[in-house]
Amino acid sequence: MSTATTARDERKNGAGDATVRSWKTPVILSVVALFALLVFALGAPGNEVTFRLSEENDPIVLPSIVVSAPVIGWIAALAMAALAVLAILRTRSERKIPTWVLAVFAVLFLVAFLTWVVGSARTPNVALYGLLAGSVTLAVPLIFGSLSGVLCERSGVVNIAIEGQLLFGAFAAAVAASLSGSALVGLLAAAVAGVLVSLVLAVFSIRYVVNQVIVGVVLNVLVSGLTGFLFSAVLSEDSERWNSPPRLPVIEIPLLADIPVIGPILFQQTIVGYLMYIAVAAVYVALYHSRWGLRTRAVGEHPKAADTLGVNVNRMRFLNVLLAGVVAGVGGSFFTLVAVSGFGRDMTAGQGYIALAALIFGRWNPIGAFFAALLFGFATNLSNVLSLLGTPVPDQFLRMLPYVVTVFAVAGLVGRSRAPGASGIPYIKG
Amino acid sequence: MTPQDDKPVPSPTDGEAPLTRRDAKDTARKDEARLENAVETAGGAVPPPAVPATAAALGAGPAPESTLMQRIMTGNALVAFLSVVLSLILGGLLIAVTDQNVARTSSYFFSRPQDMIGAAWTAASSAYLALFQGSVFNFEGDSFVRMIYPLTQTLTVATPLICAGLGVALAFRAGLFNIGAQGQILIGATFAGWIGFTLHLPAGIHLLLVILAGMVGGAVWAGLVGLLKARTGAHEVILTIMFNYIATNLVLYFLSTPAFQRPGSTNPISPQLDATALYPPLLGPAFRLHWGFVVAVLATIFVWWLLERSTIGFELRAVGANASAARTAGVNVSKGYILAMAIAGALAGLAGVAQVSGTEKVLTSGVAASFGFDAITVALLGRSSPWGTFAAGILFGAFRAGGVAMQASTGTSIDIVLVVQSLIVLFIAAPPLVRALFRLPSPGARRARKGGSTTPTPASTGAAA
Amino acid sequence: MKLELIGITKRFGSLVANDHIDLVVLPGQVHSLLGENGAGKSTLMNVLYGLYDPTEGEILVNDKPVTFKGPGDAMAAGIGMVHQHFMLVPVFTVAENVALGNESTKAGGMLNLQETRTRIRRISDQYGFDVDPDAVVEDLPVGVQQRVEIIKALVRDAEVLILDEPTAVLTPRETDELLGIIAQLKADGKSIVFISHKLREVKAVSDVITVVRRGRVVGTADPSAPTTELASLMVGRSVSLTLDKKPSTPGEVTFRVRDLTVQAANGQHVVDGLSFDVAEGEILAIAGVQGNGQTELTEAIMGLQDHVTGSITLGGNELVGRSVKEVIRAGVGFVPEDRSVEGLVGTFSVAENLILNRYDGAPFAKGLSMSRAAIDKNAEEKIAEFDVRTQSASSAAGTLSGGNQQKVVMAREFSRPLKLFIASQPTRGVDVGSIEFLHRRIVAERDAGTPVMIVSTELDEVLELADRIAVLYRGRLMGIVPGTVSRDVLGLMMAGMPADEALAQAHDVQGGNL
Repeated sequence: MSTATTARDERKNGAGDATVRSWKTPVILSVVALFALLVFALGAPGNEVTFRLSEENDPIVLPSIVVSAPVIGWIAALAMAALAVLAILRTRSERKIPTWVLAVFAVLFLVAFLTWVVGSARTPNVALYGLLAGSVTLAVPLIFGSLSGVLCERSGVVNIAIEGQLLFGAFAAAVAASLSGSALVGLLAAAVAGVLVSLVLAVFSIRYVVNQVIVGVVLNVLVSGLTGFLFSAVLSEDSERWNSPPRLPVIEIPLLADIPVIGPILFQQTIVGYLMYIAVAAVYVALYHSRWGLRTRAVGEHPKAADTLGVNVNRMRFLNVLLAGVVAGVGGSFFTLVAVSGFGRDMTAGQGYIALAALIFGRWNPIGAFFAALLFGFATNLSNVLSLLGTPVPDQFLRMLPYVVTVFAVAGLVGRSRAPGASGIPYIKG
Repeated sequence: MTPQDDKPVPSPTDGEAPLTRRDAKDTARKDEARLENAVETAGGAVPPPAVPATAAALGAGPAPESTLMQRIMTGNALVAFLSVVLSLILGGLLIAVTDQNVARTSSYFFSRPQDMIGAAWTAASSAYLALFQGSVFNFEGDSFVRMIYPLTQTLTVATPLICAGLGVALAFRAGLFNIGAQGQILIGATFAGWIGFTLHLPAGIHLLLVILAGMVGGAVWAGLVGLLKARTGAHEVILTIMFNYIATNLVLYFLSTPAFQRPGSTNPISPQLDATALYPPLLGPAFRLHWGFVVAVLATIFVWWLLERSTIGFELRAVGANASAARTAGVNVSKGYILAMAIAGALAGLAGVAQVSGTEKVLTSGVAASFGFDAITVALLGRSSPWGTFAAGILFGAFRAGGVAMQASTGTSIDIVLVVQSLIVLFIAAPPLVRALFRLPSPGARRARKGGSTTPTPASTGAAA
Repeated sequence: MKLELIGITKRFGSLVANDHIDLVVLPGQVHSLLGENGAGKSTLMNVLYGLYDPTEGEILVNDKPVTFKGPGDAMAAGIGMVHQHFMLVPVFTVAENVALGNESTKAGGMLNLQETRTRIRRISDQYGFDVDPDAVVEDLPVGVQQRVEIIKALVRDAEVLILDEPTAVLTPRETDELLGIIAQLKADGKSIVFISHKLREVKAVSDVITVVRRGRVVGTADPSAPTTELASLMVGRSVSLTLDKKPSTPGEVTFRVRDLTVQAANGQHVVDGLSFDVAEGEILAIAGVQGNGQTELTEAIMGLQDHVTGSITLGGNELVGRSVKEVIRAGVGFVPEDRSVEGLVGTFSVAENLILNRYDGAPFAKGLSMSRAAIDKNAEEKIAEFDVRTQSASSAAGTLSGGNQQKVVMAREFSRPLKLFIASQPTRGVDVGSIEFLHRRIVAERDAGTPVMIVSTELDEVLELADRIAVLYRGRLMGIVPGTVSRDVLGLMMAGMPADEALAQAHDVQGGNL
């Protein structure tokens, strides 16, 4: 999705482009800092908050972190206020606000919020390691999805069909694994299913130059209808045969898996989990350091330039879209081979769109998308955990958090992101 | 000024690159260069007799196609028809392939192939027959009312589709991809519903207020997207998708508060709307068809007038076709985006009203069903023209109404309707594919150029770019 | 390397862009292709570079026929091309741009940019290019970007280098440097195909000149041929290079610009403290190399720019801070520099485009409702008055030729009473016939007593129309000189020399010559 388009249009239109001296950031920081003072500091619960780092029967037991909610609330809120003042001073003297200010501000906000929200719960005690590990797990399909988006958009094809790729991958994984009795076959089938969706996207958007957003939206409907139809016509008829896939086993790496907090996150995963880490690293390295990556970025930024240098633009795009299908398809298998055992109608529930948001929030960079997806996974998991703890914040607000954050992200309130120059534009020679 | 220099030329842009807003500048330059080539080469050293403009117009080829809007408008009816047929055939195949009887007979296909073919035909044809009976005319009905009941059901289902489809179409014409009809319907329905079950007013005024509230709700929700786009340059596709999710959660939250939740219920469901807040039945109590359909017809007329005959429509179309030129001509592009989204949202809000005061009569988080997403396909099928959207809304309304009947009588899942609908839109968006499948002559064949075998397609555009 | 084109014909549908063109380029030769905009030069070069398939004809390299399926084949055969619009990926570094399509790799397809950097440095040193391989292209000045393009060709061992309108974006000084580079390349035995419509440069650089008109070769000429002869060959008839226009009779000064500054989004002052006046009945031309603030100046007047400080008054009324609509209603007529992007909505009909900025006023609209009849009547009148060649008033404006599109824009602007008329690049991409027509209309508007401001990067146009000339350089005014000033003075000013110095220096040079 090319926000750069609009950025460029907007420069033309002059509508609300960043003013030469932009007060946007300091104003937002001040408002948030004020909010933190009112809620996290003044409104802090008077009790202590416990963050557990390990279980009692873990091989290595770490002590729990116990903090006083008002103390953390006040420290964080005052620090945020200080940063807001710094931002105001910087802007007044027409200097840039350093990135670290925003980063520290975000971390402070997160800490204060977490302390406040857990402290206000009925049981002010949360397993931090579980919260984090759960976030990563929830983020797995998002990460695959956003990597699929990175591959497509970097080559100049907007991929709204991530949702469809995930859903079809999940469906194919369930069916193939059930029929064959092997989860690995299911994984392969998921990749193939993702490629099939990609193929339609590629054929229509590249060969027939149909608008990419339209193809993506329609593909999602198509996959939803198709899997829904097959679910009721075939899978439900004999779910023993068609829809009872074996689950992928969790592979524990000895010793490493026992490290508190990060052990379960990094070394206690299914194949899909490990593949996720590999995929992020591989896409990153390939994109920025390989010939394929150079050409991919070139056709996504300035296809004509690539063409005049003998790079076959549409072929590159086609291949990238197919590859994206593999990635998203594997991500889809998470739903039916890892999360639950079996396919359910529309079970991806909009995760593909969140993946799209993660891609933008992560600025079209595999690593950025990875962390953005983690953040969204964290928000989702937090809402799950908090509803168990009994929190004062309505569940629905926590659930809309990723979407609200994305709106802020695309609105450029957390720095303007720049889409690949030619993303969304079909390339036609001549 | 020599007469041969500038004479009308057949448009060389036929079969040319689709224009996107992003590369409009480049393409335009390219076209311009080509046009100059055309003028110069066509003019030649020896001036041919100038062709009278009228004669040239009469002999002119197909209208030049250059942007989304125009292509969406100048759709080829034959391609549209064939797309529908093709999608129905594919849907039928899918029904046949997954049919139990077909599966059984396929085991002895080689000994008695006619069994399987027969079973397949029965499966598909009975499903479609049920679809037809459920959407147009039930010839097995025992009374006239029963017989035409399906048609009125179609119109009932079509009502929100038309309203929301118009919203999507109008935004398209202003160059905006409004994927957010779903959220706009929801918020519209929430506003309307709240007025409907909280206030107790006399008949007439109450309904009027409900309708107004629904439109305001949708307009505010969509206008916010327009505002964000205009002020920050954020892309409306992402914004509207996110707003859909936010809307769903917001409505769920409202339905957990005392102001909205049905007294005594723990489920997210509102009280029933007052009778004064409901659309009265249009054809008497025997049918579910309500006055909301008339509102949809009026909305269609209004959108037609707005787009084709009003200064606001002129501005919106200019913004959609070329925002830079519109701005240079004094049109406030930011205002255009906000206005287009607000009107689109108001139309989607009408769809919400049709749901909450027409068919559902209560507010739930599922009140919008999937009308917001179907509206996108409706607008695409309707080529973003008001009456095209109206017709597409009725077609998809028929699919949906008939799908319910089909599921009940033959057990074929209504999801097949989604498949057929999305296939129709895909095929219509790629006329060359349909032409190739049916071996139709390609209008662009004569002008085919290197790398140009990709003839422009209705939906190819950079409106999203 | 000897390159030969024999009977190249390229048709687009029914249009013939190239008609049996023959061309021979010998090693160590600068062969110029001279022709007007749209004469078919670029099409020919795209055929040669493998971007288009020729409809007929063949290409010989060292007397052997070759076919190019794409630019890759052309490059492999030793042909390099510097496109008019640079083919550089703006967010890539120089090294990445040079490597693209021709990457040196390590194991596993990993890039070896170090090797590319080394080669860039070698070439850069050899020709004195001074290009940093790690600079990001979008940060480089245009002249340096052009050198990157040349490096791209040289890295691929190009023997024939096609330069398509290479001087269009350069200052006179950068142009001189480029001509120097061309001489060096020629000395190394490379062949150069130099495509241009600028007679002076072509004469300065060429060994052979081939003139193209309307897709055909109309003759070859020696660089020593007189300019007028080349010009008439190029446009196909004897052209009077000067327009008959009466001397201006400036009236009251009604348009004043004071201390006008426009800031870009990055804080750069793209227009920097401009002050000037335009009187009724005179034409002030704004000259300068493209991208020196002209666009922003006109946009600031129209209300199309944010971050404008200073004052712009028309008849005593302040225009800064007004909306575009208010500026238009104040009586400012504006022909934007890129008519297909800013001037017209290509998919709208000619009739709609003729009211594009008057759609909401009488007689075209009553309240919110528009009057078809009034719109059609207006279209009929304007099409006749401005001799717009269109199939009908309901044809899409995008289907018209450049000249006719410009007539639509001008017709629209001249169809309301004006207090100021601004035209940016009024005849860019317009055929010769229409140029004369448009120029006459502009002068007529001046003679009717309207203050006129023309922005043009074409010196010919500036000298033809201007009563006074203001030269912009990096957003600053280098001075305002009379319309009769010499090209040399303008050239110096366009390169950043204030008017008085430029006048003095030009005078010295002339004195020296005498």
